[in-house]
Amino acid sequence: MAAAIIEWAKGWDQVQEGITKLKNILEGLPDEKPFTSQEYMKLYTTIYKMCIQGPSYGYSEKLYEKYKETFEEYLNSTVWPSLKDKEDHEFLLRELQMRWNNHKVMSRWLSHFFHYLERGYITHFSLPLLNDVALACFRDLAFNKVSLKVKNAIISLIHKEREGEQINPSLLKNAIDIYIEIGVYEEDFETYMLDDTSTYYRRKAANWIEADSCPDYMLKAEESLKRERYIAGETGYLNNGTLKKLVERVQHELLVTNATQLVEKENYGCEVLLRNNKAEDLSRMYRLYQEIPKALQLVANVFKKHVIGEGTALVQQVEEASSSQAANKSVAQEQAIIVGNIIELHDKYMGYVKDCFMNNNVLRKSLKGAFEVLCNKSVACIPSSELVATFCDNILKKGGDSEKLSDEAINKTLEKVVYLLVYIHDKDLFAEFYRKRLACRLLYNRSANEDHEKFFLGKLKQQFGANYTSKMEGMMKDLAIAKDTQRSFEEYLHENPLLKPGIDLSVSVLTPAFWPTYRSCSLKLPSEMVKCVEVFNGHYTSKTKQRKLSWVFSLGTCNINGKFQQKTIELIVSTYQAATLLLFNNSERLSFLEIMTQLDLDHEDLVRILHSLSCAKYKILSKEPNTKTISQNDVFEFNSGFTDRMRRIKIPLPPTNDRKKVVKDVDRDRKYAIDAAIVRIMKSRKVLGHQQLVLECVEMLSSRTFKPNSKVIKMRIDNLMSQDYLERDADDSNTYRYLA
Amino acid sequence: MRRSSTSKKVGQSNSNSSSSDLFRSASSKASSKESERIDSLFYSYANASSGLIDPEGIEALCADLEVDHTDVRILMLAWKMKAEKQGYFNLDEWRRGLKALRADTISKLKKSLPDLEKEVLRPSNLSDFYSYAFRYCLTEEKQKSIDIESVCELLTLVLGSQFPSQVNLFVEYLKTQSDYKVINMDQWMGFFRFCNEISFPDLSNYNPEHAWPLVLDNFVEWVREKQK
Repeated sequence: MAAAIIEWAKGWDQVQEGITKLKNILEGLPDEKPFTSQEYMKLYTTIYKMCIQGPSYGYSEKLYEKYKETFEEYLNSTVWPSLKDKEDHEFLLRELQMRWNNHKVMSRWLSHFFHYLERGYITHFSLPLLNDVALACFRDLAFNKVSLKVKNAIISLIHKEREGEQINPSLLKNAIDIYIEIGVYEEDFETYMLDDTSTYYRRKAANWIEADSCPDYMLKAEESLKRERYIAGETGYLNNGTLKKLVERVQHELLVTNATQLVEKENYGCEVLLRNNKAEDLSRMYRLYQEIPKALQLVANVFKKHVIGEGTALVQQVEEASSSQAANKSVAQEQAIIVGNIIELHDKYMGYVKDCFMNNNVLRKSLKGAFEVLCNKSVACIPSSELVATFCDNILKKGGDSEKLSDEAINKTLEKVVYLLVYIHDKDLFAEFYRKRLACRLLYNRSANEDHEKFFLGKLKQQFGANYTSKMEGMMKDLAIAKDTQRSFEEYLHENPLLKPGIDLSVSVLTPAFWPTYRSCSLKLPSEMVKCVEVFNGHYTSKTKQRKLSWVFSLGTCNINGKFQQKTIELIVSTYQAATLLLFNNSERLSFLEIMTQLDLDHEDLVRILHSLSCAKYKILSKEPNTKTISQNDVFEFNSGFTDRMRRIKIPLPPTNDRKKVVKDVDRDRKYAIDAAIVRIMKSRKVLGHQQLVLECVEMLSSRTFKPNSKVIKMRIDNLMSQDYLERDADDSNTYRYLA
Repeated sequence: MRRSSTSKKVGQSNSNSSSSDLFRSASSKASSKESERIDSLFYSYANASSGLIDPEGIEALCADLEVDHTDVRILMLAWKMKAEKQGYFNLDEWRRGLKALRADTISKLKKSLPDLEKEVLRPSNLSDFYSYAFRYCLTEEKQKSIDIESVCELLTLVLGSQFPSQVNLFVEYLKTQSDYKVINMDQWMGFFRFCNEISFPDLSNYNPEHAWPLVLDNFVEWVREKQK
């Protein structure tokens, strides 16, 4: 039996009934009951039949149109009027939420009823799906019209929350979700909201920067960020993507636009915090800026400048103090105190880097940069490498710090010295100065504690390699061996009492390669001492064949008794001084020139010696005329009237200032070091460009020896070229080739 | 029949070969005449015992050419000859030079000098001539550098016409400075590159970070100080 045809008007009436029922349910009319499954089936079937009857989808087209019209009519008559009048933000949002929920329900039910359209007509003609049609209607006829108001409503609620008022977060979330569901979230809502946020915080920032101090500003900024993250994130009305963008906007307004002022402004920013040691505020500044690299660099720059400023001030202090006194050794020792100060400075600011700046790379680098500047400054024309060597000497010598502080403290300080050395460019110069002072300590028995000496050498070796400390270790070994040699000498004398020279003699035999070079001396020994030398020579050559001894009298010490009128006093002097004094055993008075001839010393040395004996603290010799300086025409006499309350006194002989010689020696060694580095690099690379060669040369040498300057490197390259180690490339004048 | 054809052929080839032969023999006769003249010219200046033209001979040559013996054209002549030892020409070198210049008499040699000058100053040859000039002055065995005074003279002689301002300035510098007592080949060639590559007098594109010889770095510094 053929199915009954449903006529349009009749069919549509039935559908309309269902639609009206649905609307009533949505409006909440009390008498309307929910759809039964029969009612549902009837509506579906009616529509189904209307679609399949007749040719080409029957009434599908009309039904489709009617479907759309239904929504349009409903939106225009009911939904839009209910929204447009709402002025109060909360009411508006609530109404919108209700209308939207209703719409979703309506859309769902109706699309179920009209579902058959999708299987045939809609698919065939590639028309928008039912849900999409419904959504478009809602969007165009209600939502877009009210969107601006809605956005403003949402934003005003956000503002309220920022100001600390209570709001209903789910209201916000639901409203925002509507934008997401409709699919216009990013273009319509997100940008608007972010722009508003920027404006909001821009105003805040402008106010705060006028009124507040930097720490207070930062506190407020930190709080704002915390709050934004919490509110938006925790209560969840913004998704993660938007939250990230939001935080960026806030950071930008609060931190980036004002960065220059916050960080760099004098008497306001970071500098003030550093000056006043405001660790907490500095930590906050780091926390705030760690995600903004450009601004963090500003902080690093201020930090570096500050550290350099502090260091320079310390240097100036010391320079001013020392310029008001004459240049003598004790002043030099005081100057070495600057090293201790710099170490303290380093500890302090390294602490900042670790604690406030979380060991951040950028900040660490700026600290390194600052200390590279500081550690290579000279103080009152004394190079930093020498100051550090003097500083170490002060610690390690007898009567120095080594005896006042605990072992642990000493070792800690020595370790820190090594850290400081890493910054110093002239590491080889330090090694030389240190070696000279080590020699003095070892030879004059002035070293306080052998363990500390060894500890320091160990640390140096660890940091800079065995090559760096090989000579110093050699020196220490020499002395250990020298003790054995001395013992065997004493046994020898014991067995051959006739050979005893009449003076107690102890000799240290040194290997020249390890020790600093000493000028050979021409001293004519007094006869008593000549015998000593002969006896020892005899013993030594019998023990070791083929070794030659050269005597270095300038390094010796002598204990000599001065038989003054009042009492005999033991004088501890250098060999030179002793030789001079012994001359007066044979002559009452001696002139300068006579002494010079008899001792065969050169002019400068003799001036120093006689000065120490006649013009310094202890006047063992009296001088005519009684002036403060030595001249060629002076005449000297044994000062028998001299006395002192001590039984034993030390008469120091101030050493000559060896700085120039040390620098000269090191310069010469550097030339060889550069040559060796260049040849080594070229040998392995064969062909290399100029800048690259210079770079590698600097790299190779800087970490362990010294930082060569590019001019000297160029000079050595020129030199090596003329010696045919390298040649310039024929095609590229900027490149060199290795000549095997 | 065959014979006549062959003889004809022979006849033909004969006539052909005879014309080229003639040409060849004419040119070779001419060239051998030329060589003879070149050689006899050589011996007219050469020292009888050494078989070389020595400094005295060169002076005589210069007089005949009406050119001062310190003139750069003599150096150019030596270059053309690829002469090895300063102050001396041997037969091979003489032949080489004069043949290349197509000169077998003094007057022809004299007339060839302007063209020789042009040839040397052509950019493609100038670098070669410039380095030759330096090597030519290394008279001692194993000598690698030339003293400052001689360098100044040589520089003026060789480059003075091409880069007068640079040369004058550099010569002034070399005479006033005391770091360098001699100049070596690398520094010598460096100056040539300098003249060609660096804009003058502003020296704006000079970069001391590049591999210029140190003496030029110092020179540039000196010039800049002077310009202040």
